[in-house]
Amino acid sequence: MKFRAHIRILPRPGLLDPQGQAIAHALTELDFSEASTVRVGKAIEVDLEAANATAATRRVRAMCATLLANPVTEDFRIEIETRS
Amino acid sequence: MIRVAVVVYPGTNCEHETVRAVELAGGSASLVWHRATSLGGADAVILPGGFSYGDYLRSGAIARFSPITEAIRRHAADGGPVVGICNGFQILCEAGLLPGALTRNAGLRFTSRPANVIVHRTETVVTRDYAPGARLCLPVANGEGRFVADSKTLARLRDNAQIVFTYAADPADNLIPGNPSGALEDIAGICNPGGTVVGCMPHPERVADPLVSSGEGAPFFTSLITSLVGAAPARLP
Repeated sequence: MKFRAHIRILPRPGLLDPQGQAIAHALTELDFSEASTVRVGKAIEVDLEAANATAATRRVRAMCATLLANPVTEDFRIEIETRS
Repeated sequence: MIRVAVVVYPGTNCEHETVRAVELAGGSASLVWHRATSLGGADAVILPGGFSYGDYLRSGAIARFSPITEAIRRHAADGGPVVGICNGFQILCEAGLLPGALTRNAGLRFTSRPANVIVHRTETVVTRDYAPGARLCLPVANGEGRFVADSKTLARLRDNAQIVFTYAADPADNLIPGNPSGALEDIAGICNPGGTVVGCMPHPERVADPLVSSGEGAPFFTSLITSLVGAAPARLP
Protein backbone atom coordinates (compact mmCIF):
# COMPACT_ATOMS: atom_id res chain seq x y z
CA MET A 1 0.00 0.00 0.00
CA LYS A 2 1.05 3.56 -0.59
CA PHE A 3 1.20 6.03 2.26
CA ARG A 4 2.17 9.62 2.79
CA ALA A 5 3.77 10.44 6.13
CA HIS A 6 3.38 13.96 7.47
CA ILE A 7 6.18 14.58 9.93
CA ARG A 8 6.23 17.58 12.23
CA ILE A 9 9.49 18.39 13.96
CA LEU A 10 9.65 21.00 16.71
CA PRO A 11 12.40 22.18 19.03
CA ARG A 12 12.13 20.63 22.48
CA PRO A 13 10.09 22.71 24.95
CA GLY A 14 12.46 24.66 27.14
CA LEU A 15 15.09 24.92 24.43
CA LEU A 16 15.66 28.49 23.29
CA ASP A 17 13.91 28.96 19.93
CA PRO A 18 15.08 32.34 18.61
CA GLN A 19 12.98 32.08 15.44
CA GLY A 20 9.85 31.44 17.50
CA GLN A 21 10.68 34.37 19.76
CA ALA A 22 11.19 36.73 16.83
CA ILE A 23 7.86 35.70 15.29
CA ALA A 24 6.05 36.00 18.64
CA HIS A 25 7.44 39.51 18.97
CA ALA A 26 6.29 40.42 15.45
CA LEU A 27 2.80 39.06 16.12
CA THR A 28 2.51 41.15 19.27
CA GLU A 29 3.61 44.24 17.35
CA LEU A 30 0.97 43.49 14.69
CA ASP A 31 -1.80 43.59 17.25
CA PHE A 32 -2.06 39.84 17.79
CA SER A 33 -1.33 40.28 21.45
CA GLU A 34 -3.20 37.07 22.30
CA ALA A 35 -0.35 35.07 20.75
CA SER A 36 1.96 33.93 23.51
CA THR A 37 4.51 31.23 22.76
CA VAL A 38 5.53 30.57 19.15
CA ARG A 39 7.80 27.74 18.14
CA VAL A 40 9.20 27.08 14.69
CA GLY A 41 10.13 23.68 13.33
CA LYS A 42 10.01 21.71 10.13
CA ALA A 43 7.33 19.86 8.20
CA ILE A 44 8.52 16.92 6.12
CA GLU A 45 6.43 14.73 3.80
CA VAL A 46 7.62 11.26 2.90
CA ASP A 47 5.80 9.02 0.41
CA LEU A 48 6.40 5.35 1.08
CA GLU A 49 5.11 1.84 0.53
CA ALA A 50 4.35 -0.44 3.43
CA ALA A 51 2.17 -3.48 4.19
CA ASN A 52 -0.17 -1.42 6.39
CA ALA A 53 -0.39 1.83 8.33
CA THR A 54 1.24 0.35 11.43
CA ALA A 55 4.24 -0.81 9.46
CA ALA A 56 4.45 2.58 7.73
CA THR A 57 4.41 4.37 11.07
CA ARG A 58 7.13 2.10 12.41
CA ARG A 59 9.39 2.80 9.41
CA VAL A 60 8.81 6.56 9.53
CA ARG A 61 9.52 6.60 13.27
CA ALA A 62 12.85 4.91 12.51
CA MET A 63 13.57 7.54 9.81
CA CYS A 64 12.97 10.27 12.37
CA ALA A 65 15.15 8.64 15.01
CA THR A 66 17.96 7.98 12.51
CA LEU A 67 18.08 11.13 10.42
CA LEU A 68 15.13 13.49 10.35
CA ALA A 69 15.13 14.70 13.97
CA ASN A 70 17.95 15.29 16.42
CA PRO A 71 16.96 13.63 19.70
CA VAL A 72 19.07 16.15 21.65
CA THR A 73 17.08 19.17 20.50
CA GLU A 74 13.91 18.09 18.70
CA ASP A 75 10.63 16.18 19.16
CA PHE A 76 8.64 14.77 16.27
CA ARG A 77 5.06 13.75 15.53
CA ILE A 78 3.93 11.52 12.66
CA GLU A 79 0.61 11.33 10.82
CA ILE A 80 0.10 8.63 8.22
CA GLU A 81 -2.23 9.22 5.29
CA THR A 82 -3.34 6.30 3.09
CA ARG A 83 -2.79 7.05 -0.60
CA SER A 84 -4.14 3.87 -2.20
CA MET B 1 56.42 12.62 9.63
CA ILE B 2 53.03 12.84 11.30
CA ARG B 3 50.24 12.38 8.76
CA VAL B 4 46.90 14.11 9.08
CA ALA B 5 43.80 13.28 7.03
CA VAL B 6 41.59 16.29 6.26
CA VAL B 7 38.13 15.05 5.30
CA VAL B 8 36.29 16.73 2.43
CA TYR B 9 32.50 16.52 2.13
CA PRO B 10 30.43 18.10 -0.63
CA GLY B 11 30.23 21.69 0.63
CA THR B 12 33.39 21.68 2.76
CA ASN B 13 35.29 24.94 2.19
CA CYS B 14 38.05 25.25 4.80
CA GLU B 15 40.12 22.24 3.78
CA HIS B 16 43.00 24.12 2.15
CA GLU B 17 43.64 26.46 5.08
CA THR B 18 43.51 23.41 7.33
CA VAL B 19 46.08 21.54 5.22
CA ARG B 20 48.29 24.62 5.23
CA ALA B 21 48.03 24.95 9.02
CA VAL B 22 49.03 21.31 9.50
CA GLU B 23 52.00 21.74 7.16
CA LEU B 24 53.13 24.90 8.96
CA ALA B 25 53.03 22.89 12.18
CA GLY B 26 55.43 20.37 10.68
CA GLY B 27 52.99 17.64 9.71
CA SER B 28 51.92 16.36 6.34
CA ALA B 29 48.27 16.58 5.38
CA SER B 30 46.19 14.97 2.68
CA LEU B 31 42.62 15.50 1.61
CA VAL B 32 40.37 12.46 2.02
CA TRP B 33 37.06 12.36 0.16
CA HIS B 34 34.09 11.48 2.37
CA ARG B 35 33.24 8.42 0.24
CA ALA B 36 36.51 6.78 1.27
CA THR B 37 36.27 3.98 3.80
CA SER B 38 39.75 4.37 5.27
CA LEU B 39 41.89 7.21 6.56
CA GLY B 40 44.81 5.81 4.57
CA GLY B 41 46.94 5.18 7.65
CA ALA B 42 46.82 8.78 8.86
CA ASP B 43 47.79 9.44 12.50
CA ALA B 44 45.09 12.07 13.02
CA VAL B 45 41.95 13.26 11.28
CA ILE B 46 40.49 16.75 11.00
CA LEU B 47 36.92 17.49 9.89
CA PRO B 48 37.23 21.03 8.54
CA GLY B 49 34.70 23.84 8.29
CA GLY B 50 32.18 24.49 5.57
CA PHE B 51 28.61 23.58 4.76
CA SER B 52 28.50 19.84 4.15
CA TYR B 53 25.38 18.96 2.16
CA GLY B 54 24.40 22.62 2.20
CA ASP B 55 23.53 22.31 5.92
CA TYR B 56 20.26 20.75 4.71
CA LEU B 57 18.03 19.33 7.45
CA ARG B 58 20.56 20.26 10.19
CA SER B 59 24.25 21.10 10.02
CA GLY B 60 26.17 17.83 9.86
CA ALA B 61 23.02 15.68 9.87
CA ILE B 62 23.63 14.10 6.47
CA ALA B 63 27.44 14.16 6.50
CA ARG B 64 27.50 11.87 9.53
CA PHE B 65 26.23 9.04 7.30
CA SER B 66 29.16 9.33 4.86
CA PRO B 67 31.22 6.14 4.47
CA ILE B 68 34.29 7.81 6.06
CA THR B 69 32.43 8.11 9.39
CA GLU B 70 33.05 4.45 10.29
CA ALA B 71 36.80 4.93 9.79
CA ILE B 72 36.66 8.09 11.95
CA ARG B 73 34.75 6.16 14.64
CA ARG B 74 37.35 3.38 14.65
CA HIS B 75 40.19 5.90 14.81
CA ALA B 76 38.54 7.63 17.78
CA ALA B 77 37.84 4.32 19.52
CA ASP B 78 41.55 3.43 19.21
CA GLY B 79 42.44 6.70 20.96
CA GLY B 80 43.53 8.44 17.74
CA PRO B 81 43.07 12.21 17.51
CA VAL B 82 39.84 13.37 15.86
CA VAL B 83 39.32 17.11 15.51
CA GLY B 84 36.24 18.92 14.22
CA ILE B 85 36.31 22.61 13.39
CA CYS B 86 33.02 24.48 12.90
CA ASN B 87 31.04 22.23 10.52
CA GLY B 88 33.38 19.43 11.62
CA PHE B 89 32.26 20.01 15.24
CA GLN B 90 28.64 19.89 14.10
CA ILE B 91 29.29 16.57 12.32
CA LEU B 92 31.01 15.07 15.39
CA CYS B 93 27.99 15.99 17.55
CA GLU B 94 25.51 14.60 15.01
CA ALA B 95 27.58 11.40 14.83
CA GLY B 96 27.50 11.08 18.61
CA LEU B 97 31.29 11.29 18.90
CA LEU B 98 30.80 14.38 21.07
CA PRO B 99 27.75 15.13 23.24
CA GLY B 100 25.24 17.94 22.72
CA ALA B 101 24.16 19.72 19.55
CA LEU B 102 24.77 22.97 17.67
CA THR B 103 21.67 25.01 16.92
CA ARG B 104 20.63 28.26 15.26
CA ASN B 105 22.43 31.29 16.72
CA ALA B 106 20.34 33.12 19.30
CA GLY B 107 20.62 36.36 17.29
CA LEU B 108 19.40 34.52 14.15
CA ARG B 109 22.35 35.90 12.21
CA PHE B 110 25.21 34.23 10.47
CA THR B 111 28.03 35.57 12.63
CA SER B 112 31.40 36.19 10.97
CA ARG B 113 33.78 38.10 13.21
CA PRO B 114 36.65 37.70 15.66
CA ALA B 115 35.79 36.16 19.02
CA ASN B 116 37.76 36.08 22.23
CA VAL B 117 38.24 32.56 23.42
CA ILE B 118 39.70 31.22 26.68
CA VAL B 119 41.58 27.91 26.75
CA HIS B 120 40.32 25.95 29.76
CA ARG B 121 41.84 22.56 29.25
CA THR B 122 45.35 22.06 27.92
CA GLU B 123 45.35 18.25 28.17
CA THR B 124 43.87 17.73 24.74
CA VAL B 125 45.41 16.91 21.37
CA VAL B 126 44.93 20.50 20.16
CA THR B 127 45.63 22.61 23.26
CA ARG B 128 48.76 21.16 24.88
CA ASP B 129 50.90 23.94 23.35
CA TYR B 130 48.71 26.71 24.85
CA ALA B 131 49.13 28.06 28.38
CA PRO B 132 46.23 27.23 30.71
CA GLY B 133 43.81 30.16 30.72
CA ALA B 134 45.30 31.60 27.52
CA ARG B 135 43.09 34.19 25.80
CA LEU B 136 42.96 33.94 22.04
CA CYS B 137 41.28 35.96 19.35
CA LEU B 138 39.89 33.48 16.82
CA PRO B 139 37.46 34.04 13.95
CA VAL B 140 33.98 32.55 14.14
CA ALA B 141 31.84 32.12 11.02
CA ASN B 142 28.63 30.20 11.53
CA GLY B 143 24.85 30.37 11.53
CA GLU B 144 24.35 27.36 13.76
CA GLY B 145 26.98 27.66 16.44
CA ARG B 146 24.91 27.72 19.60
CA PHE B 147 26.00 24.75 21.66
CA VAL B 148 23.20 23.15 23.68
CA ALA B 149 23.06 20.08 25.90
CA ASP B 150 20.71 18.84 28.60
CA SER B 151 21.60 19.57 32.22
CA LYS B 152 22.91 16.04 32.86
CA THR B 153 25.26 16.23 29.87
CA LEU B 154 26.40 19.69 30.88
CA ALA B 155 27.18 18.50 34.43
CA ARG B 156 29.18 15.61 32.98
CA LEU B 157 31.11 17.99 30.71
CA ARG B 158 31.98 20.13 33.72
CA ASP B 159 32.85 17.20 36.00
CA ASN B 160 35.18 15.64 33.43
CA ALA B 161 36.76 18.96 32.43
CA GLN B 162 35.52 18.43 28.88
CA ILE B 163 34.93 22.14 28.24
CA VAL B 164 38.01 23.10 26.25
CA PHE B 165 37.18 26.62 25.01
CA THR B 166 34.69 29.28 26.13
CA TYR B 167 33.89 32.71 24.69
CA ALA B 168 34.66 35.79 26.73
CA ALA B 169 34.24 39.49 26.06
CA ASP B 170 37.51 41.36 25.75
CA PRO B 171 37.44 44.00 28.52
CA ALA B 172 39.88 46.12 26.53
CA ASP B 173 37.94 46.00 23.28
CA ASN B 174 34.21 46.59 23.25
CA LEU B 175 34.14 46.01 19.48
CA ILE B 176 34.53 42.33 20.23
CA PRO B 177 31.61 41.22 22.40
CA GLY B 178 31.62 37.80 24.05
CA ASN B 179 29.49 34.82 23.16
CA PRO B 180 28.63 35.23 19.43
CA SER B 181 25.94 32.54 19.26
CA GLY B 182 24.24 32.36 22.64
CA ALA B 183 26.01 29.05 23.30
CA LEU B 184 25.19 27.44 26.62
CA GLU B 185 27.69 28.56 29.31
CA ASP B 186 29.65 30.36 26.57
CA ILE B 187 30.92 27.00 25.31
CA ALA B 188 33.04 27.31 22.15
CA GLY B 189 34.64 23.87 22.18
CA ILE B 190 34.47 20.54 23.99
CA CYS B 191 36.29 17.21 24.03
CA ASN B 192 35.77 13.60 25.02
CA PRO B 193 36.95 12.66 28.55
CA GLY B 194 40.39 11.63 27.21
CA GLY B 195 40.94 14.85 25.25
CA THR B 196 41.53 12.94 22.01
CA VAL B 197 38.29 13.94 20.25
CA VAL B 198 37.85 17.71 20.15
CA GLY B 199 35.31 19.98 18.48
CA CYS B 200 35.31 23.76 18.37
CA MET B 201 33.27 26.40 16.54
CA PRO B 202 36.03 29.04 16.04
CA HIS B 203 38.49 28.67 13.15
CA PRO B 204 42.11 28.37 14.39
CA GLU B 205 43.26 27.45 10.87
CA ARG B 206 42.41 30.96 9.66
CA VAL B 207 44.90 32.51 12.07
CA ALA B 208 47.61 29.84 11.95
CA ASP B 209 49.89 31.47 9.39
CA PRO B 210 51.85 34.39 10.90
CA LEU B 211 52.39 35.79 7.39
CA VAL B 212 48.75 36.83 7.11
CA SER B 213 47.38 36.66 10.66
CA SER B 214 48.13 36.80 14.37
CA GLY B 215 49.40 33.22 14.33
CA GLU B 216 47.34 32.52 17.46
CA GLY B 217 45.84 29.44 15.87
CA ALA B 218 49.24 27.84 15.18
CA PRO B 219 49.60 26.10 18.60
CA PHE B 220 46.29 24.30 17.89
CA PHE B 221 48.06 22.45 15.08
CA THR B 222 51.52 22.11 16.66
CA SER B 223 49.71 20.54 19.63
CA LEU B 224 48.22 17.95 17.31
CA ILE B 225 51.63 17.11 15.85
CA THR B 226 53.54 17.08 19.15
CA SER B 227 50.87 14.95 20.85
CA LEU B 228 51.56 12.34 18.19
CA VAL B 229 55.34 12.70 18.19
CA GLY B 230 55.15 11.79 21.86
CA ALA B 231 53.22 8.67 20.91
CA ALA B 232 55.52 7.80 18.02
CA PRO B 233 57.68 5.10 19.66
CA ALA B 234 54.61 2.95 20.22
CA ARG B 235 53.55 3.36 16.60
CA LEU B 236 56.92 2.99 14.86
CA PRO B 237 58.63 -0.32 15.55
